[in-house]
Amino acid sequence: MNKDTQLDLWEVFIQSKSGLPHIHAGSVHASDLKMALQNARDTYTRRGEGTSIWVVLSQSIGASNPDDNDMLFDPSNDKVYRHPTFYTMPEGAKNI
Amino acid sequence: METNKDLFNYCLRLADDSLILGHRLSEMCSKGPVIEEDLALTNIALDHIGRAQAILKYAGEIEAKGRTEDDIAYRREEREYKNHLITEQPNGDFANVIARQLYISLFEMLFYSELEKSNDKTIAAIASKTIKEIKYHLIHATDWTIRLGDGTEESHLRMQKAIEDLWMYTGELFEMDEVDLFMAKNGIGVDLTPMKIQWEQQLTTILNEATLKMPSASYMQTGSRNGMHTENLGHILSEMQYLQRTYPDAKW
Repeated sequence: MNKDTQLDLWEVFIQSKSGLPHIHAGSVHASDLKMALQNARDTYTRRGEGTSIWVVLSQSIGASNPDDNDMLFDPSNDKVYRHPTFYTMPEGAKNI
Repeated sequence: METNKDLFNYCLRLADDSLILGHRLSEMCSKGPVIEEDLALTNIALDHIGRAQAILKYAGEIEAKGRTEDDIAYRREEREYKNHLITEQPNGDFANVIARQLYISLFEMLFYSELEKSNDKTIAAIASKTIKEIKYHLIHATDWTIRLGDGTEESHLRMQKAIEDLWMYTGELFEMDEVDLFMAKNGIGVDLTPMKIQWEQQLTTILNEATLKMPSASYMQTGSRNGMHTENLGHILSEMQYLQRTYPDAKW
């Protein structure tokens, strides 16, 4: 088997405006944190998309197992009452 | 009138450095060692070409003969280009690209920091904008110099060779001819003499961290102030000017 000659894989999260959440933009290869940040900047913020960058080693991310999807996500399907849609808007209020 | 001619020449020197280095770096497109680095180098190329465009536009206004930035960029003869010889040197291997960028970005960092204080408002404004870009170029080049220098045996050898091969083109960066003196005296341009010491000090710090030896050869190439270039510029221009020469005033 060929040895993987690529550098470590990092996941990139970009915040587009101060106060908004960092959103996953994609991934880059890099040998260290500094290079990962620079590569993320060059790859994902060239058109003014960002005000802040997070990078994290892909291997450090814990992920749920797709086989568990039934158990994890189906039970919430029939619980519409968890959405705040059953309130009546008071007169004059723009939002609640 | 004499002032305008000197200012025009001064602008050409600044702009041609950016234009020719930008073109050289654009040749790295699709040739970077990894795709992320490909993007990084072409980003840097675009920064340089953008800067050249801004300065040449201003040069055209000073000259007042109705030439646009494109006319000046693409319709001159080799001897009329005033870029430093180091900017036209071939890319070579990746270590060579990085060494060239390190020498130039370190110089530009010092140079444009001073130029920000220029009495000429347009030049000062261009310098303020460009200094942010240069900071990034310098970090990028410095990090790679350290990684390659203090990397494997092979990368160390290549990085050491690259900084030595390009060393003879660095003396020219600090030459002061009558145009430089006149511009510095009038607070428009920059006095390069004190800058040389700072440049060498900062370079020594970076090379030390990269476990590389500072080159010591004393012979320095010169000539670009008078339009005397290495053979490399002719080849760049034949490619860069091809479209404008074959289809004058082509638009798309």
